[in-house]
Amino acid sequence: MTLQLSNFPHDYVWPDDDLSVIPDWVYTDQAIYEREVERIFHGPTWNYVALEAEIASAGDFIRSNVGPTPVVVTRAADGSIHAFENRCAHRASEFCRELTGSAQEFICPYHQWTYDLQGNLIGVPFRRGMAGKGGMPADFKMQDHGLRKLNVTTHRGVVFASYADDMESFPDYLGPEVLREFEATFDGRKLRLLGHYRHSLPGNWKLYHENLKDPYHATLLHTFLVTFGLLVVGNRSLMLADKSGRHGVMASAKSDAKTLSGDAKKEMRSYKEGLTLHEPRFMDFIEEFDSPWSVTMATIWPNLIVQREMNTLGVRQIVPSGPHEFIMKWTMFGFEGDDEAMTRHRLRQGNLMGPAGFLGLEDNEAIKFVQDGMQRVPNGKHLVKLDPKQTGSADTLISEAAIRAMYKHWREAMGL
Amino acid sequence: MLDSPKPIVHDRRIEALLLHRDLDEFNSAYAAALDEQRVADWAEMFTDDAFYVVISRENADRNMPVGLIYCENKGMLLDRANAMKTEMFAPRYLRHIIGSPQVLGEELNGDIRARANYVVVQVLFDRPEAKLHQVGVYYDKFRRVGDGIKLAERRCVYDNLLVDNALCLPV
Repeated sequence: MTLQLSNFPHDYVWPDDDLSVIPDWVYTDQAIYEREVERIFHGPTWNYVALEAEIASAGDFIRSNVGPTPVVVTRAADGSIHAFENRCAHRASEFCRELTGSAQEFICPYHQWTYDLQGNLIGVPFRRGMAGKGGMPADFKMQDHGLRKLNVTTHRGVVFASYADDMESFPDYLGPEVLREFEATFDGRKLRLLGHYRHSLPGNWKLYHENLKDPYHATLLHTFLVTFGLLVVGNRSLMLADKSGRHGVMASAKSDAKTLSGDAKKEMRSYKEGLTLHEPRFMDFIEEFDSPWSVTMATIWPNLIVQREMNTLGVRQIVPSGPHEFIMKWTMFGFEGDDEAMTRHRLRQGNLMGPAGFLGLEDNEAIKFVQDGMQRVPNGKHLVKLDPKQTGSADTLISEAAIRAMYKHWREAMGL
Repeated sequence: MLDSPKPIVHDRRIEALLLHRDLDEFNSAYAAALDEQRVADWAEMFTDDAFYVVISRENADRNMPVGLIYCENKGMLLDRANAMKTEMFAPRYLRHIIGSPQVLGEELNGDIRARANYVVVQVLFDRPEAKLHQVGVYYDKFRRVGDGIKLAERRCVYDNLLVDNALCLPV
């Protein structure tokens, strides 16, 4: 009897060319991950790197990432914003170690090569050697050895960088519908920073996008959303995808859960009748946006989530560190002009989100469970079949059409 | 000769020792409540107007108020305790280890200011290691209530900026 070996799993052929079945190697394979860094994060994409409010004055800088790659984002003396790799042109040392700060120039601590705030090399010690000995070759030109600079754009106070020099404008990149939701959150008021969360997640970075293109889970996993009427079947809601399929916005309007039908409650085991809050202000929605939605979660390809969960606001930056892990950096904010009561309301409501949030911690755990589930079963596949006639936007929560649209785009970008 | 009543000795060192013992006992009971995941009992160790926050050292140092958990009164602690009954997360064991408290002073209203280092170790059931989940400092205000003491404020300032996935239970 001969042992039948399956084909190598890494032939990277999408099963039956069918978007409603996703193979596990999309999430677990090192070569796929490396190609994602090259073709997506370092490819023709606008990557979130900072908020302008974090580098408000000339000389301010912040460490950030484009994909896994460390970069520094600066504001130069003329007010312009720059992004460059945090890697010395000499011996590759990651020279900037502070999370954020203010500087006149950057000096690599190893051999003191010095760069200006735009990433130009402006100093090499002993460049001409000493007493006619040593030093750089005579034809060494400092202008050829600056830091790797990235293309930078900003929109409504949000800073993006790209390895591609011929990028479309940011509004064109988002498309009109996703741009409208982006601008509903970043409505022109100046941002006031409230702080960060940082955490690592033991899962593939794309699962975070998928989680926010999956309104189905929101009605089932999250007791808090359901019981307090934030997002339940029957709410006015929309799962929006842009034309390319890469961006999305999950939007919903808060309703009173008491109006839920008995049938809907039965389907949702997470609905808890009689759960009440000692501090009901926690779930208040104070109207402040020109939008029909009380909640929008925008997934901006490839590394940004814009959270407008009623009045708790933040951006989440995805920093992948391999196929099985990524880091999330959250920057929470309010607006200048918020009074003390509004700031405290945002902070109280922040208990919904982040690594200890009533919703956030459940999402993190669910993503870990998915990655765990993939790792010990060879050649596995996932199902994303809900709402089969659509690929892209959906007007029902019981849909995975936006996930399929994302993979349509992903396959094109990856050439798979 | 008649015995004269012994004068009451106010020895500051003995008072300090007794206070230190009270805080130490309190922190032991606090750790036990959380280790045993009796979150409602944990909430009852605070005054009604208590402030509780778990905040990164990064935010605390920059006067940024965002916390992983941010509670402005005991009601919010009780809400979290209730939520823990329905929250979805993998089962786990946690161990809170609290260092010896240091009394820092007294507020005008009599609250006692103190601090103590802490570590929280987490064990998931399918991994051999006990992972250091949190390491930080409690900055506290204790208040005498009846026979005992309660927390009027506990600010948990953690050093491990990059949290391991999720903080499922209080610190």
